[in-house]
Amino acid sequence: MDLLEFARGPGLLWALAIMVFGIAWRLVAILLLQWRSDLSAPRSNRTMRGAVRLMIMRSWPHKEFLPKTWFSELAGWTFHLGFFAVLLLFVPHILFIEGILGISWPGLPNWLIYALGVVTVFALLGVLVRRLRHPVLRLLSNFDDYFSWLLTIAPVATGLLLSAYLGMHKETLLAVHLLSVELLMVWFPFSKLMHAFFIWASRGITGAAFARKGISPQ
Amino acid sequence: MNKPEEFTADRQGEQSDEARTNGALQDFITDCTVDTAIYLESCIHCGLCAEACQFYVQTGDPRYTPVWKLEPFKQAYKREAGPFSFFYKALNLKHRVTVDELEAWQHLLYDACTLCGRCSLVCPMGIDVASLIGMARHGMHRAGLVPKDLYALAQRAEDTGSPLGASPELFRETINRLASEHSLDIPLDRAQADVLVTLSAAEISDYPESIVAMARVMNHAGYDWTYSSNGFEATNFGMLSGNTDWQRDMSMNLINAAIACKAGTVVVPECGHAYGAFRWQAANMYGEPLPFRVLHIAELMAEAMEQGNLRVTPVEQSASFHDPCQVSRRGGATQAPRTVLKQLGVELHELPGGGELNWCCGGGGGVMQIGRADELRYAAFRLKIDQVEQAGADRLYTSCNNCRLNFSDCGEHFHWDTRADSLLELVADNLAD
Repeated sequence: MDLLEFARGPGLLWALAIMVFGIAWRLVAILLLQWRSDLSAPRSNRTMRGAVRLMIMRSWPHKEFLPKTWFSELAGWTFHLGFFAVLLLFVPHILFIEGILGISWPGLPNWLIYALGVVTVFALLGVLVRRLRHPVLRLLSNFDDYFSWLLTIAPVATGLLLSAYLGMHKETLLAVHLLSVELLMVWFPFSKLMHAFFIWASRGITGAAFARKGISPQ
Repeated sequence: MNKPEEFTADRQGEQSDEARTNGALQDFITDCTVDTAIYLESCIHCGLCAEACQFYVQTGDPRYTPVWKLEPFKQAYKREAGPFSFFYKALNLKHRVTVDELEAWQHLLYDACTLCGRCSLVCPMGIDVASLIGMARHGMHRAGLVPKDLYALAQRAEDTGSPLGASPELFRETINRLASEHSLDIPLDRAQADVLVTLSAAEISDYPESIVAMARVMNHAGYDWTYSSNGFEATNFGMLSGNTDWQRDMSMNLINAAIACKAGTVVVPECGHAYGAFRWQAANMYGEPLPFRVLHIAELMAEAMEQGNLRVTPVEQSASFHDPCQVSRRGGATQAPRTVLKQLGVELHELPGGGELNWCCGGGGGVMQIGRADELRYAAFRLKIDQVEQAGADRLYTSCNNCRLNFSDCGEHFHWDTRADSLLELVADNLAD
């Protein structure tokens, strides 16, 4: 079995299994903790509405903080949108997924995907430079921050190299690209990348608590 | 883990270092429920919370980043209680927190956090950092690592019923003296009343006129009310110091007094943290829903004005209102003082970011009471001067005695004349005949 066959076969299966099991483990372990009950008299019972409102509203920059947070907001939005557009709207990716799941959807033109890939890489580089230079981010950052960054940019960068046939033999590049995705999948449940799940729970909890107290969700 | 610069932490008790560490971390971990675990898991280290914290904004010191103030406790959670704790512990991926680190973090958790919760408004993950700081303080108390000034106040409040040592006898004397001096009826220790009114220690020591104002307002609005010498102190230094047992005792004093006089309403005075402690936490201390409602005095005045029971004469002035964090941003009673000011005909000049986004005065959460934190507190306060001057109103009002004390102290420090006056006293001074 060569590298590409491994990446397409057992590598992908193992990565998927570890990701799914890891995510389930992390979520279930937290959900099995004690639930807090609040016996104070609520100002409002519309807690679900408050939870959903905060989930939505916190996705947009607040004008009060925007002068200080605009770069993080802009770069964050850019690389998230770019990453998912490249992942889900690149025709070869759609064909790959169709081969496994049997479902497909329309993609974007290749030139647009390449452009989005380049923008994503630059946004991620911008995020890294900021993390390395900003005193607060330098202090807060740990291995997880840098390794998650590396594993996020790797599939995009190797994908761009693959599209340009740069660096090495095409099949080897494809294998490296697939393995970079699989590494990301394996790392996902153990890392900060799990914020893909926690962000909604965390916002929802705070939004519900705010609504209960009658605090505007901001 | 980067440690803050060396400073001498205060210690209570004679525990071994290991017992202190175990106590602090175990307490924090035991407190961890689904919601707090999700908060601890969610942080992506974006650092945006720093921009909402006046201790960071005013000093530029990255240690004051709100979520960094939790670092030892985050580490302990991941190593001891998180879903992958076995990895972290077996491979020592997160080292065991030391007592030296906890001592160093005493400065960050107490001197440099007013529990104002502004950071909770900017966090893109929606993490309520202030609630986690409160939990970390529980752990610090368990470790006997509370700033001595704050601990002394909490201890005195536990021992005597009041952080300034106001015994029931002194309280009764004060009430009787004020009633006599001002020819006022100030009901005390009535067997039954619809409303139990409470006060904060600062009213006896610094603002007795607030007690008089309270009586005038309550009498004018026609309430059937009383003070109780068995439960008058609304401040809760048990909560601020991190001692849950004392917090419960202090809340129970008021709960028992309210139940004894069959009150349907308990009024919390102009004190921010007293409102947070009693309105939102007392039922959880009691273990069941409170058999009465809890109102901040600004809420009571707004309600009475809207019902037509509290009538005032118009005030010809412009004013800004400084929102006490625990009443507005953390308490949800943001509109009540604005309703009162509107009824008074005051031309309101909102402070920049006024309402729930208001900057803290810098003295809440017990910071005002920690002597060694004075210079940092002054630095944090400095932005309030700019805000108040930018608003350009004739007067400044608030509804928290601790904020008022902080404005006075910082005003003196900066030779700045503006003082934060009491909303309650403004109403009492302008009651319609």
